[in-house]
This record gives sequence, C-alpha cells and structure tokens, in this order.
Amino acid sequence: MAENFEIAIREICKRNADDHTRMMDIVREVQQLFGQVSGSAMDIIADAVNSHRVEVESVVSFYSFLSEKPKGKFVIRLCNDVIDKMQGVDKVAKAFQEELGINFGESTPDGKFTLEWTPCIGMCDQAPAALVNDKMMTRLSSDSAREIVQSLKENGNENRLIHMLGDGNNANPLVNSMVSNNIREKGPVIFANLEAGKAIHKALSMSAVEVIRDVKTARLRGRGGAGFPTGMKWEFTRGAEGDEKVVICNADEGEPGTFKDRTILTERPDLMFEGMTIAGYAIGARTGVLYLRGEYAYLRPFLEKILADRRNAKLLGMSILGKTGFDFDIRIQMGAGAYICGEETALISSCEGLRGDPKNRPPFPAQKGYLTLPTSVNNVETFCCVAQILDKGAGWFAEMGSTGSTGTKLLSISGDCTRPGVYELPFGITVAEMLVKAGAEDAYAVQMGGPSGQLIGEADFHRKICYDDVATGGAVMIFNKDRNPLEIALEFMEFFCEESCGYCTPCRAGNELIKERLEVILKGEGTPDDLTYLEQLGKTVAVSSRCGLGQTSPNPVLTSLKNFRGEYEKLVKENKDGMQRTFDIHKALATGEELQGRKSVIYAE
Amino acid sequence: MSDKVKFTIDGVEIDATPGQTIMQAADEAGIYIPRLCAHKDLLPFGSCRVCTVMVNDRPQAACTQPVSQGMNVESETEELRQIRVNLVEMLFVEGNHYCPFCEKSGNCELQALGYRLGMLAPKYPYMFNKHDVDASHPDIYIDHNRCILCARCVRSSKELDGKNVFQFVGRGIHKKVAFNSDTDLAATNVSVSDKAIENCPVGAILKKRTGYAVPIGKRKYDSQPIGSDIEARKTAAK
Repeated sequence: MAENFEIAIREICKRNADDHTRMMDIVREVQQLFGQVSGSAMDIIADAVNSHRVEVESVVSFYSFLSEKPKGKFVIRLCNDVIDKMQGVDKVAKAFQEELGINFGESTPDGKFTLEWTPCIGMCDQAPAALVNDKMMTRLSSDSAREIVQSLKENGNENRLIHMLGDGNNANPLVNSMVSNNIREKGPVIFANLEAGKAIHKALSMSAVEVIRDVKTARLRGRGGAGFPTGMKWEFTRGAEGDEKVVICNADEGEPGTFKDRTILTERPDLMFEGMTIAGYAIGARTGVLYLRGEYAYLRPFLEKILADRRNAKLLGMSILGKTGFDFDIRIQMGAGAYICGEETALISSCEGLRGDPKNRPPFPAQKGYLTLPTSVNNVETFCCVAQILDKGAGWFAEMGSTGSTGTKLLSISGDCTRPGVYELPFGITVAEMLVKAGAEDAYAVQMGGPSGQLIGEADFHRKICYDDVATGGAVMIFNKDRNPLEIALEFMEFFCEESCGYCTPCRAGNELIKERLEVILKGEGTPDDLTYLEQLGKTVAVSSRCGLGQTSPNPVLTSLKNFRGEYEKLVKENKDGMQRTFDIHKALATGEELQGRKSVIYAE
Repeated sequence: MSDKVKFTIDGVEIDATPGQTIMQAADEAGIYIPRLCAHKDLLPFGSCRVCTVMVNDRPQAACTQPVSQGMNVESETEELRQIRVNLVEMLFVEGNHYCPFCEKSGNCELQALGYRLGMLAPKYPYMFNKHDVDASHPDIYIDHNRCILCARCVRSSKELDGKNVFQFVGRGIHKKVAFNSDTDLAATNVSVSDKAIENCPVGAILKKRTGYAVPIGKRKYDSQPIGSDIEARKTAAK
C-alpha cells in the first residue's frame, strides 16, 4: 500500500517532468487521487522535484481546493456570497447539513462527504449554487440539495447528478453542465461571430509592430478592471530584454458577482484563443498560458478540445498558418481556489508552482514575469476585443463607446433584478439605463465592479459606466431597499479577510480590524467616533497595501460610508457614560461572582 | 551622462547609485526611513509596509522601490507618520506582544519603533489570536505569538545560510512560519549560529540561555532610538 502510494505520487511528478514549477498540477492531481496532500505525500513530492517539504506545504496550505487533511470522496462546496444568501442559501445549507448529518467544514465519518462553504463560484445569476467536486450545481433549493445527497449515496458518481443541460455549449458532451449562459444582450464585439483563424490571418499579413499599432489606435484598455492600455502593455513586453516572451490569459475571475468570462469560455473560446495567438505574434512569444480558475474545471475538457482543434487547423503550433518562424502554443493552468490569483503577479506566482503571493513591482511582468521572462497578462475579454479589432479594424472599434473607453463592456448583473445575466453594452451607458435593462428600476444600492469597486446609491445612477467615471471589471450587484448596506459591506470584508494572502501587514491585519468594527456597529454598540476610526483605518489599508487586493479592500466600507452615511448614523449612538460599549461588566464579573458565591454590590443588575 | 541618480527626500537632495532602492540611498545619506522587514543583508521583501513613502504623490515601499532621476520622495509627513503608527499598532494587536517580560525587550525592533513613532497603547482592539510555541530545539526557542511575519528567518535561511528551514504556510490572518520537517524545529537542520536565528527583529526566535546576558537598561535601544546609527552618518558627514 505504502509502496503503491509512493509509486503513484512519483508517477504524477514524472508526468509533470519532475518540475517544481509545475507544482500546482502535481498537488492538484495528488489531491484528486487521494483526497488530500498528506505530509508523507509532501515528502515524496519534495524529493521528486528537488524541493523542500515545507515549500510543498506552503503551496498546499494556500489554496482552498488543496488540503493536508483528508477530504471526502465528494466535496460539496456551497457558495455563500451575498447574492446566494439573498437567494436563500441558508435553507439549502440546512438541507445539506441534515441530509449528511455534519456541519460545514466537516466530513462524514465514512469519509464519503465533505461539506464546505466557498466564496463566489461565478454563478450569481443562478444562485444558490454549489460545486460537487468539479460539477456545477445551480438554482439549488432544499429539495434539490437533498436529491443531490441521495443520488450521490445511491450512485456514487457525481456525473449522474446532471439531469438537465444548460443552453448553448453547456449541453456539449465535453461540458455536460446544467449552467445557463444567461446572455441577455449581445453586442457587436464579444458576441459577434468571427470565423476561427480570420483575425490571425489578417494579423500575419502585418508586421508585429503594426498589430500593436492597431490595438493602440483602437485605444483598447484592459477589461479586468484596472484599464491599462493593452497596446502599451504589449509594446513594453515586446521591447523588454529576453528572447523568450509569454502571453497569459487571466481566466481567474473571482470577484464576487463576476461571471462574464464564464460565458466567453463557454461560447466564445475561439475568439479568446484567437486574441491570445495574435498577442503571441505581436509580442514575439512562443508560450501562451490560460490560467483557468479552479471553479471552472468543468470547462477544461471542452477548452482542451478547442485547443486541439486549433492545432489541427494550424492555428496553433509550429509555423502558424504557414508563417515560418511564428510558433505559438497554449497550455491550460488550473487554479485551485484563491481569489488573489486574479492579481496578475499572484497569478504568475501560481503558474510558477508557488503560493499565490503577489510579487514586488518593479520589475513589472512586462520586464520580468513568468519564470523571469517578459510576460503580458491580459483579461479573457481583452483578448476577444483584440481579435475583433484585427478583423474589423481599429477605427470600427474606437467609434464605439466613449472617448476614453472605447468598445463594449461585458457586465455580469445579479441580485435584486428580474433579468440577471450577461450584457454586452457600449461604454458610456449610464447606470440608470443599465438598471432598466436588468429590470431593477427599484434599486437602492448598486455594487459596481464587485467588492473592490464601489457601492453607489441613486445620486450616482446618472453616471456613466466607463474607465473615467464608474469603472468596473464587469460585476454589478443590485440591492433593493430591504438590504442593509452595512451588512453588504460586512459580507465583502469577510471575503477579503478570507482571501488576503497575508503577505503585508495592512491587508492581513487591517481588514480584520475593519471587519471587527463593522460588526460592533451592526450590533448597535458603535459610537459616532467609529465612523472616523473606520475611515482612517480604511485609508491606511488602501494607501499602504502591497497589491491591488489590499489597496481596494476597504472600498466596501469607504464607499458605503460615503454614499450611505445615514445608514451608519442610524446605528451609532453617542457614548454618554464614557464606558466602553463593547465591554460588559456583568459578563466580566460572572466568573468571579460564581467563585465567590455572591453578587457584586457595586455592579448589581 | 552622470552615473548618479539625483532625487530628493523631504526636500533634501540625494545622489544615489543607479539600481539602489530609495531606502538604500536614504541610509547612505543618513536619512532614516522606519522599517521592520527590511534588513541590509537580505533582498528587499516589502511585507511590513512601515517604510511606505510618497513617490511623486504615489505610495511606494522605500525598501523595494528603485531610485529614479528627479523623483520627489516624501517620508516625514504627518500623514505617513500616522500610517506607520497604525501599521505598528496592527502588528502589536495581531500578535501577543508582552514587552515587559520579553527577553528581547530593549533589543526588539518592533518595540523600538513603537517608541520612536510615539505609539501609546494601540487604538485597535487586541485580537488575542492563539499561536504556538516550539521549544523542541536544544538551543532555539520559537514563539509565534511574537512573530511579525517579516520573513527575515525565511529569507536568511535561504539567502545567507544556504538552507531552507523556514517557510510560510496558510494565508490571511492564519499565515504563519512553518519548519521544514514533519514534526518540529528540532527535526530540521537549523543551527543556533544560523543567520536566520540572529536576524529575527522581535522575540519570536530566541537563543536559549542568553536572554539576560545583557541586562535590561544596557541594551541596543535603551539609550538611543532605533535608526540613530543611520542618522549618525549624516552627522558624521557634516
């Protein structure tokens, strides 16, 4: 047994060339095979790839889909983000608990089931949702939760859970998923058809510099949220020292409320790969990596097939479309449940087989990225735009949207609205216009750009969705008058505390402190001073954090304080007696009183 | 072309060598920028954020940011002092730091920086997180309560000792230093003479039986504030 164990792990390492930079693939496979990456497995892996046990442990302990302790054969991960809670995840959770006889964070004694919470899995438009191993289960109810457990107990196979298939490629046998696309509005860029290879063909008739020039002329900016000009990023990468360059596609969308890339990966993967290949040509790269979030593992076989088809069609591989000297291929790197890996340098760390810690900048990825090679990391949607720009022209693209924000933007809309789903809308549309489309005329608060964005109220609904006004990576969460902005902010702070990598002080400790004070205020124990306290604390975290996660993590509190201050003021009370509200003298004295066998005279009830 | 990079820190003109970080250039010029994770013998890390400065109005860590021609660096502003105090307070409430009876008292960089920055009792609530201790090694004592996750041990072991004794595990508030063994520190190849042991800025890694070799009152920061050695360079140059 022990021998077989070692042989199996060494085989996994060997399949990954005994390469420590492929650690993510190695530990993912070990986890899948044994339901854990145990200490003895770490020793074997460290030996095989010539690393150290503690380095392996460092990686395993970082990602939520990996664990040193054994997990059940079926791991049920129920999404507990704010939208799922609004859609009644509590009832679903209770059903799972009752049916399995365990609490969250526990496994059944027979080792069959593990029940866990997980942050956003990209299904806010069909919440409540859960992952059962790699299978995505959507629109859950307490009944369907019970059925899932029954079916797993009877059939012992998660594949038997899928009865109804979703629309479009969700019904493709390689996807075999009940997920719905929920594409509500198709625009001229992402959801317009483009024959595979057409844009590459056009790009190859130009020089690499001309391709970059076209992307710059189109004034394309990154669709992940930061909005950095794509052409400039490519120019830096192309011009950086080093013969070998790398293109990485960031498909790690993990911002709660974001599920736009899910529809691209399902319905427009060719467009995305086309854009990546053009990027490869433009910057002079041979290597492309698609970093796919662990939650979207159900799409992997389908995406591998598309890649294989593209290799057969000479759209990937050596001498693409007969162009001598242009060799480019793409591999898929799976993530393993870590929001921080959507940050480009953390994503690179993860691709290198490390913890998903962001890297110090400079050097920027364009100078020294993946394995120190100059690297361009771009969003899924950005690559799609590139392919259309090359096909239809930079002028065509630049005419859409607004001056500083050309083209269209995919928005994933969820929450209190009648038409949740994915919308491709031109930049420059107002928040109010968007709300009408989504069927949310009674919106009270709108979270634009996910937790790291801003929570805005009616006073801001006239504003435009674009980089220079209300910027967004695509997540839009809508809340009606029944929701409390403080509770929403608390949900998001819990998310950031959970997902902070812990590298720097302000993000690791500061976010915990923000969360603590929000809880105090929500309990009715806050004072007006606490609002200033939160603002100063939030500012310290925003100013001094090392990466984008920490720099934006106080936003839920800072923007709700700005836009919904009245809600805070309703809850805080002037502290008249000067005693600390959070301190309960009776509770503090209870043990002493019990030992003494008498009650305090001074602090009598 | 000049081989010097000229820039200013709080209005003082500095001649730096290309490739230097702001902190290295400031140190040479006798300007102290507060820091905890940075160490002169180690590669820049940038985790404590105490050295945050404004570079052309943008916040940057002085320990990782390279100098560039004409940059305007602000360090001793009230805003930055407050941010630094806040960060040091965060470290105090995140761990369990008992200065009055800590063997490192007087030699501790966290304590010394608290004094220098004028920190009083932290305004933040103590988290009272539970942390382990490891006394398995005959000569070394590890107390995670006092760890500030600066990675000096992790880096020293790799960069200076040529070993790999320490590494971080976990994430967020649960992040901690782990040892390269399946049990405890005694099972690693660590040695009491390792730089990893010496370079701990706080009382998280202690050499056994040496705690009071130098009495309290005669320790490094008992007579002068942290950073005085750097500032002395400026005085000496005058």
